[in-house]
Amino acid sequence: MTGIANVRELLTRNLRQSGIFIAFVAIVALFTILTDGTLLSPTNLTNIVLQYSYILVLAIGMVIVIIGGHIDLSVGSVAALAGAVSAVIVIKGGAPWWVGVLAGIGVGLAAGAWQGFWVAFVGIPAFITTLAGMLLFRGLTFRTLDNISLSPFPSEYAQIATGFQNGLLGGPGYDVFTLVVFAIAVVAYVISQIRARRAAIAYKQTVGATPLFIVKLVAVAAVVMWFAWQLANYRGLPNVLIILAVLIIVYTVITTRTVFGRHVYAIGGNLTAATLSGVKVKWVNFGIMLNMGLLAGVAGVIFSSRTNGAQPAAGNLFELDAIAASFIGGAAVTGGVGRVGGAIVGGLIMAVMSNGMQLMGVEQSIQQVVKGLVLLLAVAFDVYNKRRAGAR
Amino acid sequence: MANNILEMRKISKSFPGVKALSDVELHVQEGEIHAICGENGAGKSTLMKVLSGVYPYGHYEGEIHYDGSEAKFHSINDSEHAGVVIIHQELALVPHLTVAENIFLGNERRAKTGLIDWNRANHEALDLMEQVGLHENPVTPVGQLGVGKQQLIEIAKALSKDVRLLILDEPTAALNDSDSAHLLGLLRRLKERGITSIMISHKLNEIESIADRTTIIRDGKTIETIDMSEPESTQDRIIRGMVGRDLEHRYPERIDHTIGEELLRVEDWTVEHPTQPGRIVVDGASFNVRAGEVVGIAGLMGAGRTELAMSLFGRTYGRNATGKVFKHGEEIHTRSVSEAIHNGIAYATEDRKRYGLNLIEDVRRNISAAALFKLSKRGLVDGNEELKVAEEYRGSMNIKTPSVLQYAGNLSGGNQQKVVLSKWMYTDADVMILDEPTRGIDVGAKFEIYTIVNKLAAEGKGVVIISSELPELLGTCDRIYTLAFGRITGVMDVKEATPEALMTLMTQERDNTPGEDAGAEENDR
Repeated sequence: MTGIANVRELLTRNLRQSGIFIAFVAIVALFTILTDGTLLSPTNLTNIVLQYSYILVLAIGMVIVIIGGHIDLSVGSVAALAGAVSAVIVIKGGAPWWVGVLAGIGVGLAAGAWQGFWVAFVGIPAFITTLAGMLLFRGLTFRTLDNISLSPFPSEYAQIATGFQNGLLGGPGYDVFTLVVFAIAVVAYVISQIRARRAAIAYKQTVGATPLFIVKLVAVAAVVMWFAWQLANYRGLPNVLIILAVLIIVYTVITTRTVFGRHVYAIGGNLTAATLSGVKVKWVNFGIMLNMGLLAGVAGVIFSSRTNGAQPAAGNLFELDAIAASFIGGAAVTGGVGRVGGAIVGGLIMAVMSNGMQLMGVEQSIQQVVKGLVLLLAVAFDVYNKRRAGAR
Repeated sequence: MANNILEMRKISKSFPGVKALSDVELHVQEGEIHAICGENGAGKSTLMKVLSGVYPYGHYEGEIHYDGSEAKFHSINDSEHAGVVIIHQELALVPHLTVAENIFLGNERRAKTGLIDWNRANHEALDLMEQVGLHENPVTPVGQLGVGKQQLIEIAKALSKDVRLLILDEPTAALNDSDSAHLLGLLRRLKERGITSIMISHKLNEIESIADRTTIIRDGKTIETIDMSEPESTQDRIIRGMVGRDLEHRYPERIDHTIGEELLRVEDWTVEHPTQPGRIVVDGASFNVRAGEVVGIAGLMGAGRTELAMSLFGRTYGRNATGKVFKHGEEIHTRSVSEAIHNGIAYATEDRKRYGLNLIEDVRRNISAAALFKLSKRGLVDGNEELKVAEEYRGSMNIKTPSVLQYAGNLSGGNQQKVVLSKWMYTDADVMILDEPTRGIDVGAKFEIYTIVNKLAAEGKGVVIISSELPELLGTCDRIYTLAFGRITGVMDVKEATPEALMTLMTQERDNTPGEDAGAEENDR
């Protein structure tokens, strides 16, 4: 039976998910007012993207870890080690920039495989394994760098996180290329949404009302194109944004459409039921940790590129930002629930708050207090939601 | 006419969108054992939560009169203070704490210094344990004791709170027959001491033997309270009240079917305990299932029924499993769950909430969970096809849910079981092992499950039903194997089988090793 869901039903059914978008819009609005619009200026928007990209990369991996019912405290150290190894190879050893990139990612994979082995096959809780990893990989970072910072990278390496794609199509005062890329993305998004909706109707599923669907598409298109316009008016399309967009698309597909993704949700939701349904739990757990290592490696490369060097203390407390992003984005503390999109929005909430408070000149100490409270409230909201659902 | 210790008058309780109780009357006389019967979802547990203060005063309509005056319980502490103690189906004991620690949890015996006086606590615990007939050391961790003994600890805990009205929610659901008998005997002794009991139960023969009066609740309303001493107060009378219709046939008519070729044969299957090497839990079990046949495995708790099934199903229980498995006459291996599934074997677990379903996932994805390989190409799941499949099963299995996108945790027990069965049917298994398929679900839903079992057999599948309820096995199976102390002690055609004959085989001990520690296997899982 084809049904039409009304707005209220859609909102209440996904309160956990839709609540996060509403909160995001409210926080953006708040800081736009508090900073007299500086928050949304072309320069600042570009800055936010550059400054928080590696946290968002980590958040993608972290939300998958959390859905699987685990936690990873070591991602900051792994990212630091990836950057350090890359720096030693490229800066000290004189290898080409891309060797450094591959080495950094390889270090991440190796660290992920190491932790995956202990978590999946030995059965050590991820909390302990990665707490040990946090110390282990930080120590290795210090050894690798001999306790000193290394810089600078060759300019190609630095371009990964600080470069832009622009001027390819020219443009009077703004970058046409950026606008074209975003326009193509928007068209692709609209087409995929319409296709999904058609398929849903063909399979007699409940879909949102047509006007609502159109409003949603127009709103998304307008916001995205406005964002593109702002970027185009500064320096164009940041390279990291391209990397990030690819990762978001790939991991959204992995979590929602693949057997692996489904198995991650299954073991986080009910481990025994998953085992008895034929899920190869050990390998899924190994895959989760391996993937987190991979993304920590990517984040390490991006961070070292952005800071144009490697520091022994790099990546300190990254894990907490990534964990906070996942929980703010609606992941459940007990596993089994969460979304890549949610974690990205959660990460953006953290980013906008940090950036907004920096623009306002709020002291670092107060910033930490505010971020801590936001994380606490986000999880409290999750717990409250569950209690309300459980009371029936 | 005895005094009413409790009168619940015109109790109504609503949840968003549902009226769980409407004008329920429950009058309990001092010193009686009062049973409450009703299908799942009839409102029994809600009523007990109102009584015990889980739903505080003001969150329901109506009046509770307890011990002659109106009671306004704002919390469980209030009701316990008044001597009303509820023992939930899922026992509220901490496995790593000792018996004495559990008994006095939240009610610790303190010395004048404010510290806990353990000597006094252990001594008093021993006294309470004596009263409930539990002969254990009070410093034994509770987790080392069986479910039956844990149930006794809960009662001892209630006695320590000077209980006057004891509420038991399905107290014997997880107990074997001898533990159940012991518990019921204890309730009788408590009654002699003047303690009133309210017992929620699905086991009608127990109610018939122990209850003084029975109140039947259906759809949130009191149907009637019957005096069990009257001759016409039979099990059928209670069932009639519970379902609102005559249930002449508790088991559906078998669809005419022929039994075909042998599907599965297990030979000499032996499994050791997972943590105690050398201890044999399943000992040389051999059995077979033919196409279109429903085979029962009858055994008391601890006989190794679940252990047999789970070790066959991808070695999910025990270690050092040996023996041979044949499918269509050819030897197969079931070393992992997915190997078992791909060999056409399905196993629906006994505790669907804990082991069978992902309660925070929707019905659709629970149905597809064991057969994603059918829905995926190159690792990508076809979400639309998945939805179609779920909708088909919702229709054919009569799963009552507003949508297949509903969380499995929101469904009633019977409908959850239908989701579990759908999940396994979708794997295209031709041998379905169903472990306690109707435990904890109401009479109406049981009938539906039996109908599904019949249909599966008529389609030529082989069904193995593991159950502790003999009438259920006698009502649904073609052949029944009996399992005792890990060994298969016999097999009977259903036409020749009687409960007495089966029970004899189910209690048959091994000749050479008398005094096997029965009942322990099930408990330390």
